[in-house]
Amino acid sequence: MVRDTNRHFKFDWITIILFFLLVGFGWLNILSASHTGTDIDYFTFSQPYGKQSIFILLTFCIIIVILGIEAKFYERFSSIIYLVSMLSLVGLFIFGKNVNGATSWYAIGSMTLQPSEFAKAATALAVAKQISDLNTNINNIKDQIQTFIIIIIPALLVLLQNDTGSTIVYGAFFFVLYREGLPKYYLSIGVSVIILSVLALKFGALTASIIASILILGYYYFNRKKVTLFQALFVILISTGLSYGVKLFYDGILKPHQQDRISLWLRLEKDPDKLEAMKRTFAYNLNESEKAIRSGGFSGRGFMEGTRTTGKFVPEQHTDYIFSTVGEEWGFLGCSFVVILFILLLLRILHLAELQKSQFSRVYGYGVAAIIFIHFLINVGMVMGLIPTIGIPLPLFSYGGSGLWAFTILIFIFIKLDSNRINEW
Amino acid sequence: MRQLLLFVSIILVGLLFIFRLFYLQVYTSNEHDLFDDNAIRKVYDYPKRGFVYDRNGELLVANQPSYDVMVIPREVEPLDTLEFCALLKIDKEQFIKKYKKARHYSPRLPSVFVSHMSKEDYAVLQEKMRKFNGFYIQKRSLRHYQTTIGANVLGDIGEVNNRNIKIDPYYKMGDLIGKQGIEASYEKTLRGIKGIKFIQKDRFNRNLGPYKSGKFDTIPEQGKDITITIDSKLQAYGELLMQNKRGGVIAIEPSTGEILTMVAAPTYDPNILVGRDRSKNFTKLYNDTIAKPLFNRSLKGVYEPGSPFKLMNALIALQEGVITPNETVTCYAGYKYGNRFMKCHCYIGKHNDMISGIQESCNAYFATTYRKILDKEGNASTGIDTWSKHVKSFGLGNFLNNDLFEGAKGRIPDRAYYKRIYPKTFYSTYTISNAIGQGEVATTPIQLANMIAAIANRGYYYTPHIIKSIEGKTLPEKFTKAKYTTIDKAHFEPVIEGMLQVYKKGTAASLQVKDIDICGKTGTVENFAIIDSLKTQLTDHSIFVAFAPKNDPKIAIAVFVENGYWGSRFAGRIASLMIEKHIKGYITRKDLEEWILRHSLEEEYAKPYSGEPFRINRQTKLQLVDDSEYKRLKRLLKTSQNPIN
Repeated sequence: MVRDTNRHFKFDWITIILFFLLVGFGWLNILSASHTGTDIDYFTFSQPYGKQSIFILLTFCIIIVILGIEAKFYERFSSIIYLVSMLSLVGLFIFGKNVNGATSWYAIGSMTLQPSEFAKAATALAVAKQISDLNTNINNIKDQIQTFIIIIIPALLVLLQNDTGSTIVYGAFFFVLYREGLPKYYLSIGVSVIILSVLALKFGALTASIIASILILGYYYFNRKKVTLFQALFVILISTGLSYGVKLFYDGILKPHQQDRISLWLRLEKDPDKLEAMKRTFAYNLNESEKAIRSGGFSGRGFMEGTRTTGKFVPEQHTDYIFSTVGEEWGFLGCSFVVILFILLLLRILHLAELQKSQFSRVYGYGVAAIIFIHFLINVGMVMGLIPTIGIPLPLFSYGGSGLWAFTILIFIFIKLDSNRINEW
Repeated sequence: MRQLLLFVSIILVGLLFIFRLFYLQVYTSNEHDLFDDNAIRKVYDYPKRGFVYDRNGELLVANQPSYDVMVIPREVEPLDTLEFCALLKIDKEQFIKKYKKARHYSPRLPSVFVSHMSKEDYAVLQEKMRKFNGFYIQKRSLRHYQTTIGANVLGDIGEVNNRNIKIDPYYKMGDLIGKQGIEASYEKTLRGIKGIKFIQKDRFNRNLGPYKSGKFDTIPEQGKDITITIDSKLQAYGELLMQNKRGGVIAIEPSTGEILTMVAAPTYDPNILVGRDRSKNFTKLYNDTIAKPLFNRSLKGVYEPGSPFKLMNALIALQEGVITPNETVTCYAGYKYGNRFMKCHCYIGKHNDMISGIQESCNAYFATTYRKILDKEGNASTGIDTWSKHVKSFGLGNFLNNDLFEGAKGRIPDRAYYKRIYPKTFYSTYTISNAIGQGEVATTPIQLANMIAAIANRGYYYTPHIIKSIEGKTLPEKFTKAKYTTIDKAHFEPVIEGMLQVYKKGTAASLQVKDIDICGKTGTVENFAIIDSLKTQLTDHSIFVAFAPKNDPKIAIAVFVENGYWGSRFAGRIASLMIEKHIKGYITRKDLEEWILRHSLEEEYAKPYSGEPFRINRQTKLQLVDDSEYKRLKRLLKTSQNPIN
C-alpha cells in the first residue's frame, strides 16, 4: 500500500479500522449479553455494557497519548517500562485483590485494574529491545537464556497468582524468537513434545512410546549416514520417558479440575452418566456455550433476540464467553465475520512487522501479532470446545477495562512505531 | 522461510475455526423451535372442559376445582409441622417422606405436596396458608359427576400416557385426556384448545417475562358443551334393574337412532375415578377379571343372539320368496336332518305358520326356513352369501361406525368364512344352528337393538349414536341419514305381527303391559366355559328384544342377562319394565319390578369359580337378595326417579 506522506495520515488506517470494528461489534455483544431488559442507559456504572462504553471512550485518550509520544521513547524506555510492570505484578502479592481464585487485581475504589494485561505489552517491548540489541545473537545459548528469563519472569509471576491462562499467553513469544533465528530444533522438539503428550494421554504411554520408537527407527534407517544408532536409541529412551512422564504428570500432579478439563477435551471419558455429570458441573459453561452457538444456526437469532443469551444461560457470557453471544445472535455469518476480522488484523500486523526497517519495531510487531493470535486461538477454540477450558479474554471483544486498554496500548504502540518507519534509515 | 510459521498458523486456525463453526451452526444445528428451547418456559392455560347434559337437559358432568398443595423446598422455612400435618390430614412421617421426595426432585421447582384437597379442607387451610412459607395452593380442574349412574357411558379422564403423546403431540406430560366413554369419543370437542404462554427464563429457572412481549402466545379455546342422547332417568332405572346381574341393556329410539339407555352391568360409580383415589380405584376395577366392571357389555359383549335371530331369518325368507307368511311347517318336537335331531318345545305334529312360528319360537320352522334360503339356488355356497348379505344390511357382523368409544364386530359368517372348515362340500345342514341364532352367528347387544330398531322402522335404521347436539355444531350426516336394509317394507308386517303375538299369547305372554302394544322376542342361549380345561356348560343366557308401541315405535331394546336361563325370566321382565318406564314414565307392573329387584344371579356367577361340580338350568334354584340389600335397592329405586343429585 502506498502511504500518504502527509503527517496526519501516516498511521496505518487499515489496522485502526479493524481495531474499531472489533471493539464496536464487541460492545454490541456485551450489551446483548449483559442488559437486563430494562431501559438501556449507555453510560451507567451499574451495568457491564455501560462501563464498557466508558472504557471505550477512555481508549481514545490512551490512543492520543500513545500516538503523541515520540516513537523512540518506547525503545529507549522499554527496560524501565518492563521493570515497572514487573514490580506491579510483584505488588499484587501484597496489595492484590482476589477474584475467582486469582490474585490479579488492584482495587482502586470500585474500579479494578489487572496489571498482568499490561505486562504482556511491557514484555513485548523488553523482548524486542533485547533481541534488537546489537550484542545479542539468538543462536548463542547465553543470549537465549537471557531472553527466556525476560519472558519467564512475568509468566511465573502470573502463574503464582493462579492465572494459568495468562501464563500460557507468554508462549506466544516462541513465534517471535523463532522468526528472529531461534534454532530450528526448538520447533521440532516443541511440536514433537506436544504430539507425544497428546498421544500419551489419549492412547496411553505405551502406545505413544511404540509409535515414537517406530518413527525414530524409521528415520534412523533412512539417515544411517548422519545419525548413529546410539543417538537414535537415546532419543527413543527420552521419548519413552517423556510419554510416561506426561502420564505421571497428568495422574499425579495436575489438580482434579485440570484433569477433568483435559479428559473432556481429549474425549477420554466414555461413560454417558459421567459425561452428563460433567456437563452439569465443570463443563457447564462449555456445554451451555456450545448450545448457544449451535442454536444460532446460519444467520443467528438476531441482535438481542437470543433466548439463551437473554436468559443468561452461559455464565461469564460478557467476558470470556462473549463469542457464544455472537454465535447465538449473529449465527454462522456473524461468527465468520469476527473470525475473518481477527485474521485480517493479525495478517495486517504481521505484514507491517515484516515491512519494518528497525529490528526493534519488527520484533515488537511480531510480538503483538503473536500475543493477539494466542488469545484468539485459546479463547475462540475454548468457547467452541476445541481446546480445554482456559480462562482468557477475547482481545478487544470481551468486557473489561484492563484488557481493552492493554490491547489498545499493545496495538497502538506498534502503529506509532510503524508510522515512524519512514524516518528509520 | 521463518516468517511463514506464524502466517501459516494464523491462516490454519482461521480455517479450522470456520470449519468448526460450520459444523456447529450449519451442519448439526437444528432449526429453532420454541418448544425445544429450554430457555423458554411454556405455560399452558387450560380451557374449561365442556359440560355434558342428558337428552332432557339435565346436567350430568361438570367441573370441580381441585386444590393441590405445592411446595418449593428451597423456600420452606421452619414451621409448625404438627399443625400443618393436621390441616393436610397426613402424619408426620408422610410429611417427611413427601418433603424429601420433593427436595430430591428439585429444591427450586414446585412439586405437588398433597393432591386433590377437598373443598372443605381447602377452606380451612387457605386461612392459615400464610404461616407456611414455601407452600402454596394450586387450583386445578377435575370432572364433577352430578350423578352416580352411567359410568360406562360417561367414561372418565386421566393423565395422558406416552402413547397418547406420541400419537398427538398436542398433549404434554400431565395433561388430562378422555380415557373411556364419551370423554374419550368426544375428547376434542370437550377439551377445547389450551392456550400457551412463552416465558423467557434464566439459567436458575426464574421467569424474566414474556418472550417477545407475548407475540407467539395464544389464548385458550373453551371446550364445547355437549348433550347426549341418554335419558338419565331411564338409564338409572336400567342400572337399578341390572343390579346383582351381569349383562347389557341397550335402548334405541328407532326414529332417530339415538341411544336412550346403555347399561353395562356390573357398573360402578363414576365419582370413584375422580381425584385422589383415582388410580387406586381404577386398579381395583381393572383387576376384577371375574366381574369385569370396566368391560362394556352392551358394546363389546359378543354373544350368540339366540332366538331373536329367527326374526332375521323370517325376513330373509320372505324377501327371497322361499316361504309365504301362511305356509305351515310341521314340527315333530324338533327337526330331523340327516341322522341328527334339533329339539323343539312344540308338541309333536304342531303346524306352525310364520306368526305362530315366531310366537312359539319353533326351531323346526326356522330350520326349515333357513335351509330353504340357502338351498334356493340349489347351491348352499351361493345361498349363504345371499343370506349373509341380507343380515349384514342390518348392521350386524361389523362395527356400527358410530360415536361410541368401544365396539365389537360380532360375526356373521359367509361362504368364505366356512372355507376353512368345509373346503369342498357345503350343504345347508352344516350351518343349521344359524337358523336359531346359535352356531357361528354372534352379535353385541347394541347390534341386536339396532336390528330391532330397523324392524320397528320397517326396513331402515339410523346408526345408533350417543350425541344429541354439540354447542354450535350440526350432527354429521351419518347419524341423520337413514340406512336402508335389503328387505322390502311389506315383508316386515308378518314378522312384527309374530312379535306382537309373542306378547299376546306366546313366550312373553306374562309380561304384558297395559295399553302398550309391545312386539318382542325371547331368546335362551346355551353357553359354555372352559373350567380346568374342560368345556363345561353353564346356565343359559337370558335374552330379550322388543320394540313398542307397534305403530309409531318409540323404543327398541335389547337385554342380555348372563346365565339368567330362559328369555322371559330376567331379560323379558327387564325389557317390559324399561318400555313401560320410557313410554308411560311410571310403572304399573310393580310385580315384575319387585321380582327383578328381589332376585340375584351372583351365586350363579360364582359357580364356575367354586372349584366344585355344579348344576345348571332346570336344576338351579333362584337366589333371593337379603333384606339389607333389598332395602338398599328400594332406596335406590326412590332416588332413581331423580338421578341427578
